[in-house]
Amino acid sequence: MLKHEAQAPPAPAARPANRRQISDRTLSQLFIWPTLILLIIINIFPLFYSLFLSFTNYSAIANRPPEWIGFTNFDRLLNSSDIWGYFSLTGRYALISVGLQTVIGFGLALLLRKKFRGSGIVTTLILIPMMLSPVVVGLFWKLMFNPAYGIFNYLVGFTNPVTAPDWLASPSLALWAIIIVDVWMWSPFVMLLCLSGLSAIPDYLYEAAAIDRASAWFQFRRITLPQVAPLLLIAVLFRTIEAFKAFDLVMGLTGGGPGNATQMISVEIYSQAFLGQFRTGRASALAYIVLVIIIAVSNVYIRTLNKVREG
Amino acid sequence: MATIQLQQVEKKFGDVYAVQPMDLTIQDGEFVVLLGPSGCGKTTTLRMISGLEAVSSGQILLNGRDVTWAHPSDRDIAFVFQFFALYPHLSVWQNIAFPLQAQGESGADVEKRVAEVAALLRIEHLLRLRPGALSGGDQQRIALARALVRRPAAFLMDEPLGALDAELRETMRAEIKRLHIDQHATTVYVTHDQIEAMAMGDRIVVMSNAVVQQVGTPADVYHRPHNLFVARFIGSPGMNLLSGDYADGIIALPGGNRYPVPEAWDRALRARLGQAGRVIVGFRPEAARIGGGGTLTATVYAADMHGGYTMLHLSLDGEDGEMVHARASRQEHFKIGEVVRFDLHPDMVRFFDAQTEVALEEVR
Repeated sequence: MLKHEAQAPPAPAARPANRRQISDRTLSQLFIWPTLILLIIINIFPLFYSLFLSFTNYSAIANRPPEWIGFTNFDRLLNSSDIWGYFSLTGRYALISVGLQTVIGFGLALLLRKKFRGSGIVTTLILIPMMLSPVVVGLFWKLMFNPAYGIFNYLVGFTNPVTAPDWLASPSLALWAIIIVDVWMWSPFVMLLCLSGLSAIPDYLYEAAAIDRASAWFQFRRITLPQVAPLLLIAVLFRTIEAFKAFDLVMGLTGGGPGNATQMISVEIYSQAFLGQFRTGRASALAYIVLVIIIAVSNVYIRTLNKVREG
Repeated sequence: MATIQLQQVEKKFGDVYAVQPMDLTIQDGEFVVLLGPSGCGKTTTLRMISGLEAVSSGQILLNGRDVTWAHPSDRDIAFVFQFFALYPHLSVWQNIAFPLQAQGESGADVEKRVAEVAALLRIEHLLRLRPGALSGGDQQRIALARALVRRPAAFLMDEPLGALDAELRETMRAEIKRLHIDQHATTVYVTHDQIEAMAMGDRIVVMSNAVVQQVGTPADVYHRPHNLFVARFIGSPGMNLLSGDYADGIIALPGGNRYPVPEAWDRALRARLGQAGRVIVGFRPEAARIGGGGTLTATVYAADMHGGYTMLHLSLDGEDGEMVHARASRQEHFKIGEVVRFDLHPDMVRFFDAQTEVALEEVR
């Protein structure tokens, strides 16, 4: 390529006048605008339109224009005990799920940190769940959870199909079923970030610690953990945001049921918007409440992250 | 405090020796310097003493206790790394307190001992900073403080001044020497800088190609190098080494020079070579006595003013013959091309076997 250019004849000093010239600036605009237009249509416009809708009484299937009702949607939502119940369910789910992912992911990273024969292939295998589509994951875990022929009960020791629990149909177990799948799917992600954090810790710190007569636990607490903390926090931040938005897995596994046992807040938004009366206005309001909460939680994390970085 | 004994300690990487079997006893309170060019095995030796590197064979005794296979933390030694190896996420205070806290010392005790060590090294004003914010010299002081605070049985230092600039090295060299005198702690110090080794060591272990070449006091390795490697490696410039033919008490040197061998050495040469044979004569630049006649003749090739003295480059054999370095007082002046006569101080001349390159012993 380079050679080819080098051999090209020198450009003539003055170009033919009839040749249309496109300046670099025009050219770059030509490339950027299609993307920008697409973004505006599918992202920016809905963002502001839904903000507008959240202050209206509007249903996408009713043949009526949006009716401005001010803060009524927000007022109703924030005073509804059901909604608060879904929020607390989502919070509990996020806390347990992310907590388990952090512990398991970090644990796996510690195990895979030292290279051994086949460690590359083991790491890749562990990462596979993360690469699957959540809908697919939901569907085949649904099969595995099936009390009659699913393999999950067999693996955890309930070998009699009659007495074995029906994970997805039991109000007390359904949430845990989703948590199990989410942990299975996303612990590898935490592991991946932790592994890169661990590999960045220089060996000499551990040599110095050995000389300083630090026990393995003391080394872990005073060197490994603080050194990995920034990346670990990033993993936790990503996973928390995702957990608050949990939707596809839940829809694939339980659809919010049984009853309302796994009605996460995103599922509730979906139900409001696309089931029954199609309350588009109220669903938009709820979506904005969730957005504000996620931004707030993320900010707390980012502040913590910065604090850890600066010490 | 501790004595350290190495018995036939060796290190192999595959089939290649990093350290050939070596014996060494380091006395309590002694300051021993491992000196050699890079890749000679000195750092590997130090790391084996510390336990950071496993020996391939042999034994290491600390105060008579066999620690060959003991973990570094079971050896009660401190190690100062070339690139400091401070904990970057901890403050200076936390870095120094680390070894104490790792041992579960009480808070008050930690406070007290960190304060003591900080005062000793004059780093009290740095305690709340992070290592990354400090200069190289200060970082090395912190590393020293971290080693000192534990009151270990022995200190191992791996080129602790290697990462510092020249001026700072002088200062830190003095500080480490001073610390050693105050603490009287057994210290093993690795360096490739022979000036540092001469200045600091009670004894120097000269290593090259994984082999110990000589163990001796700085004066020993300087004045009585055990072989040609040590003779060349120690001193700047190294020892003058001239190959000549010995016959009947006279050595024929380049340029038609005939050097009469001092009597004590003559017996040694006769015992080794018989009536005649090839031998290497060695002498330090300051062993040459210029002016006032002498048995050897040379032409001045260049004269460098070194401030306190003048270093002469003398050609024994015309314009581009074999060169020797000679030290002259700064008052004397020499013109290039001038012919000078000089003699060798009989106590400062050495002889080496031309084949084995090992020094001959005087026979009195």
